[in-house]
Amino acid sequence: MKRSRFLLCLMFLFSSLTTLQAYDVKQDIAQIKLVQKEGQGNLAASKAVKQLSQADASALIPILNSFEGANPLAVNWLRGAFETIAANAIKQNKLPVDQLEKFILDKSKNPRARRLAYETLIKVDPKAEDRLIPGMINDPSVTLRRDAVQRLIDEAKSLEKASKKDQAKKVYQQALSGATDDDQVKAIVKPLRTLGQKIDLQKHFGFLSDWMIVGPFDNSDKKGYDTVYAPEEKIDLTSKFEGKEGKVEWKSVNTEDDYGIFDIAKSISPYKGAVMYCTADFYSPEEQSLEIRLGTPNAWKIWVNGKLLFARNEYHRGMVLDQYSVPVTFKPGKNVILLKLCQNEQTESWAQRYQFQLRIARPSGTGVLSQKPESTTQLSP
Amino acid sequence: MKNESLKLLLPLIAVGLCCGADWPQFRGPLTNNVATSDAPPSKVDQESIAWTADLEGRGASGPIIVGDKVFITSTTGFKQDQLHVMCFDVKTGKRLWERQFWATGRTQCHSKMCVATPTPASDGKRIFATFSSNDVVCLDLDGNLLWIRGLSHDFPNASNSLGMASSPVVVGETLIVPVENDDDSFTTGLDVKTGIARWKIKRPRVANWTSPAILKAAGDGETLVLLQSNDGVDAIYPETGETAWKYEEGAGRIPSTTVGDNVLYVPSKGLTALAPGSSSEPPKVLWSEQKLSPSTASPLFYQKRVYTVNRAGVLTCANPENGDVVWRLRLKGPFSATPIAAANHLYLVSEKGLLQVVQLGEEKGELTGEIDLKETILATPAIADNSLFLRSDKHLWKISSK
Repeated sequence: MKRSRFLLCLMFLFSSLTTLQAYDVKQDIAQIKLVQKEGQGNLAASKAVKQLSQADASALIPILNSFEGANPLAVNWLRGAFETIAANAIKQNKLPVDQLEKFILDKSKNPRARRLAYETLIKVDPKAEDRLIPGMINDPSVTLRRDAVQRLIDEAKSLEKASKKDQAKKVYQQALSGATDDDQVKAIVKPLRTLGQKIDLQKHFGFLSDWMIVGPFDNSDKKGYDTVYAPEEKIDLTSKFEGKEGKVEWKSVNTEDDYGIFDIAKSISPYKGAVMYCTADFYSPEEQSLEIRLGTPNAWKIWVNGKLLFARNEYHRGMVLDQYSVPVTFKPGKNVILLKLCQNEQTESWAQRYQFQLRIARPSGTGVLSQKPESTTQLSP
Repeated sequence: MKNESLKLLLPLIAVGLCCGADWPQFRGPLTNNVATSDAPPSKVDQESIAWTADLEGRGASGPIIVGDKVFITSTTGFKQDQLHVMCFDVKTGKRLWERQFWATGRTQCHSKMCVATPTPASDGKRIFATFSSNDVVCLDLDGNLLWIRGLSHDFPNASNSLGMASSPVVVGETLIVPVENDDDSFTTGLDVKTGIARWKIKRPRVANWTSPAILKAAGDGETLVLLQSNDGVDAIYPETGETAWKYEEGAGRIPSTTVGDNVLYVPSKGLTALAPGSSSEPPKVLWSEQKLSPSTASPLFYQKRVYTVNRAGVLTCANPENGDVVWRLRLKGPFSATPIAAANHLYLVSEKGLLQVVQLGEEKGELTGEIDLKETILATPAIADNSLFLRSDKHLWKISSK
């Protein structure tokens, strides 16, 4: 009798401790997720992350689950705790490998959490790579997908080397379906084109290639960046304006460049001390949160449906694909994008570029096309 | 009241500045490239390599040493947006731990630069790792996360399309982090315990890759931090970010000011020697000398001599009283890493990975040894444990006496 009472007490104590730990983990995670900009919540999060880092391996999956809905700062805090717990679990041979693998394979889970789970798993089970990665070709996780694409590129290269051109072509095509990183796209497109395949890279990346453009307006002494010229107030494609060099009006331009680069200096004129406005429409079948991805060596402002999204007053520090990623929520139907592009008056050879490339993409990097069927972009009638 | 408070804090500041034989930040304990109590080998060859540790990803950040641990940063991923902080054992080179984070700011860099260009800093208890994405990670010496900030996440126009390179410094309870660029340009002083800003000051809107230097107080004076920019040098109080005095004659944006015997050597008009100012007196220009113009590497003051390395790889030794050239020695450059000094020798590592040791003399400098590490090295080495610590993208080396 006494013995059973003792066991009962012990079970109660054990169950209470387990509940307490589960509760603490939940509380700590909740506290960390309150971290905001400029260090708000840091003090409480510091205490929470210290406590959470001491939890046992049972906290790993709850931490991964908590990535959902966490802001990018909180995700890093959570990762800090996860790695400490995982390192201890590996040392003690207590890493919950089955649970991690199940988590990785569940595509509904947060992509970064899944990648973290994968990187942790392969520390103790390197063979997991061969088991898991081949199925990730269209995965929502950019990095898992990248690894899957790389395997296909390597396979296609081997087939090509063995003169199995048709098979290589098929594998390259499969690889392209998942490729969003430019180095991989280039590694696929070059051999595919050699093998006779036509590829629309503008479409693949989601570049906007047809624009209406007006200018130049005055940007002497860089004063045009903050000057509100008429196109900023209202977009009327039939209007004429007093520009820097006389009357200007909207004209239609387009680019056939693979990477959607529209070169104002070469295609129109190497204006200096100038502001140009460019507009294009993007049709969305529904409300969706996407990214405008811009590359330009010039200063710029961008509006969508009349709302200023972002502005950057930097000149000639380089231009690359996806140089800037600006989150945007498109409304259903037509959305009007307005880009203000400013060129300065520097005379050095490296300061003459006046150009841009702009695409619409998902946060994962996959290009998104305008949904009006006639072309990738359609201008307002 | 402010002075009284600061006087109380002086012992703490002293602790922050003097970490024994540690190398706790970019350019060493006093940000002047000099090790005072360590003696790395004066003659080096391939057998001087005590150990080599493998690294992943990319990094131009220098190693720092706290106690028996070496800390280093790097980045991986197609977008170089995975930020790594690694810890190695000083004696064996064994990797003790590694932590990773995701960049919350932009990671675009010039091809020669990389996201892990800023060297981390330590107050002896914490490691502060900063990256070009303007993420600031604070860990304890065992790798436990204490706090993290995303300065570009908070201020999205605080970035530079060529990359950010300035290394932070820690003085007392404040971590000074420069975020100086063409748009939202600022420097901030973060509380070392929480990461919350004690202050944030606007800075000239132009890309700047220089790192702050510490002007250690003489006597009972206050220690100042020197912020160099296109405009010149601002001396600020580390506790408040308030300006103590300004030098407004312009300065370079890559090599950084160094301090020796209470004189500043500023990459301005070639090289300018400056006596510090005060809140009532501007700094006094002692001399300027175009022949001493440094290239990427910062100037060095050591044993009553000032040294610079030019674009052609020529090491120049000059008289710090007037800027007159004393001797020159042609080395195999080019150099991105700043020369460091200990035990009457200078240690210079070229971009191609050639470590060259120069013995200093009154009338000349003499090359006493070299090791070709055969990898691109942009990071300034560290000195501790009577050894040198160097890093490339691929490896971390410890160079010791045989």
